[in-house]
Amino acid sequence: MGANLIANYGEAVAMILFGIGFSNLLLQKNLIKKIIGLNIMDTATYLFLAEKGYIEGRLAPIVVNDIRSAEAYINPVPSGLVLTGIVVSVSVSALMLSLTIRLYRRYHTLDIDKISTLLKKDESMI
Amino acid sequence: MNFVQNFPFFSILLSLGSGVLTSVMNKTAARLWNTFILIVIGIMSAVLFLYLFSTGESYTFMMGHFPAPWGNEIRAGVLEAGMALFFCIVMLLSIKGGQKHIDEEIEETKINLYYIMINLLLSSLLALIYTNDLFTAYVFVEINTISACGLIMIRQNGHTIEAATRYMIMSALGSGLLLLGIGILYDITGHLLMSNIKESVAQLAQTSGYKVPLIAAIGMICVGLAVKSALYPFHTWLPDAYGYSTVSSAAILSSLVSKGYIFILIKIFYRVIGFDVILNSNVLNILFVFGLAGMIMGSVNAMQEKDIRRMIAFSSVAQIGYIYMGFGLGTTAGIVASIFHILSHASSKSLLFVSAMGLTDASGKSKRFDDLTGSGFRNPAAGIAFTMGACSMVGIPLFSGFISKLLFAQAAVENSLGKMLPTLICLAVSTVLNAIYFMKTVICIYTPIRKKTQDGFPVVKNTSSYNVVLLLMVVLNMFLGCCSQFVVNWINAGLDMFG
Repeated sequence: MGANLIANYGEAVAMILFGIGFSNLLLQKNLIKKIIGLNIMDTATYLFLAEKGYIEGRLAPIVVNDIRSAEAYINPVPSGLVLTGIVVSVSVSALMLSLTIRLYRRYHTLDIDKISTLLKKDESMI
Repeated sequence: MNFVQNFPFFSILLSLGSGVLTSVMNKTAARLWNTFILIVIGIMSAVLFLYLFSTGESYTFMMGHFPAPWGNEIRAGVLEAGMALFFCIVMLLSIKGGQKHIDEEIEETKINLYYIMINLLLSSLLALIYTNDLFTAYVFVEINTISACGLIMIRQNGHTIEAATRYMIMSALGSGLLLLGIGILYDITGHLLMSNIKESVAQLAQTSGYKVPLIAAIGMICVGLAVKSALYPFHTWLPDAYGYSTVSSAAILSSLVSKGYIFILIKIFYRVIGFDVILNSNVLNILFVFGLAGMIMGSVNAMQEKDIRRMIAFSSVAQIGYIYMGFGLGTTAGIVASIFHILSHASSKSLLFVSAMGLTDASGKSKRFDDLTGSGFRNPAAGIAFTMGACSMVGIPLFSGFISKLLFAQAAVENSLGKMLPTLICLAVSTVLNAIYFMKTVICIYTPIRKKTQDGFPVVKNTSSYNVVLLLMVVLNMFLGCCSQFVVNWINAGLDMFG
């Protein structure tokens, strides 16, 4: 168990980071901190994928010097997945940040629970 | 290859492309183009459905020039084609039904942006239905989320922005789990195409290799998709999102968006992991418990609401609970009942939202029950349609809700895993609660007005298209209720093709 953890320390770090990001996104009240949590969580997933694709001692999957055997290179698919994932996470972060700006302009606070209470007050006044 | 087999690819590309096109159109052109696209895709799905029904075989479609283990694939069977057709119909009816509010509530310059979101949503739903590649499914899940968020917040008020933010937070949690689950699954199987993963997983299950990572991956994928489709404890964003967004958005969100996630979950059960492995992992028991909790708690919350739209929204929480309860039964009969409930819920919930719009319009735009009193007389068409929708949700015979409750009960009785009693009890309790709050609403809208203050509400004349939409939605609902044998046979045939 312990030896496995040390051998796969990259994956272990990725899981710890995922946990940190996940709990921040779930539990923080401040919207900006939530978004930071989201980014940590996504990055942890990319670290996990990249660790899985990497094979010790092999080259990046780009043909130079005419080495054409598949054994010479690492697995390129996870890198492709990471790139796609980055695009997705950038757009989600951008959307969340723009929502945060709109909420801040309206309610002058970043605390999502305070915003909810303000909204409830609005409703009871009508 | 038959030309018809290109249709899934055409319909995804067409809706994705028209999303780009509508950004440069004015609002009338965007509306017409959107209607045209929906009808074209609906017809294509119908033709594909008939074609697949006659051949009786599903097929895979190679995207690009790389063969199976490397390239991307689309796969179509009768279930997929029928779902695509059904989603197109419900989406078209929801948009046409809420047209008046789209034009009134959204800023003049932003109306064409609304149709971009609709088109993107449609393309992502179609891709979720047809794709045979797990990572493509993840990407389109995200597109689905982002466009749904756009649908919520396009009507600008504090409530919708807050709801959209909460929705994004929950969805981000769900998609994080989903992506990590897919990552682990790719790691232990080495594939991303659904059929290849299934072969590897079957081998792993036989040799019981990678037991913990496999269970972790299944758990993460199931929980991630459950969070995204608003299973009970994760529903906090839902009432605000459905209650304050424009009517078409609410109808589409409740009847289609969450169903897209559920459909991909069914595909993962049958085509990625394999149903036996899922059963052995016990993840379904967790979904079962949360489904039961959702059935009861959603209805209890709905009873306490004083706002008609929020009440319908809480009722959605209960219905999502029904669907997950069907999964939790762990039999094919349970899954068939769940799929039927997806159809039944989509047709009755969109009907309820659209008819509630007519009632609120006849009550000075107020959504509170105090003001809605007697609105069934002020807007007769909407009143009748709402009553029919309510009957369907409660489970009166002739309507689709009755058949889905019957199927759930049958699946529960046939269940040998000891889940019969809790299912039947929760089904009964939830039905009674449903009846209480829906019949309360129906009685409320048909109570003659006594108070003087309400005399000011004018009698609203519906546009003829609105009445036609209501009629078509009722017909769709009664079709599901009356021709249920055909629908159930279709679902069974589709599930056979999955395997």
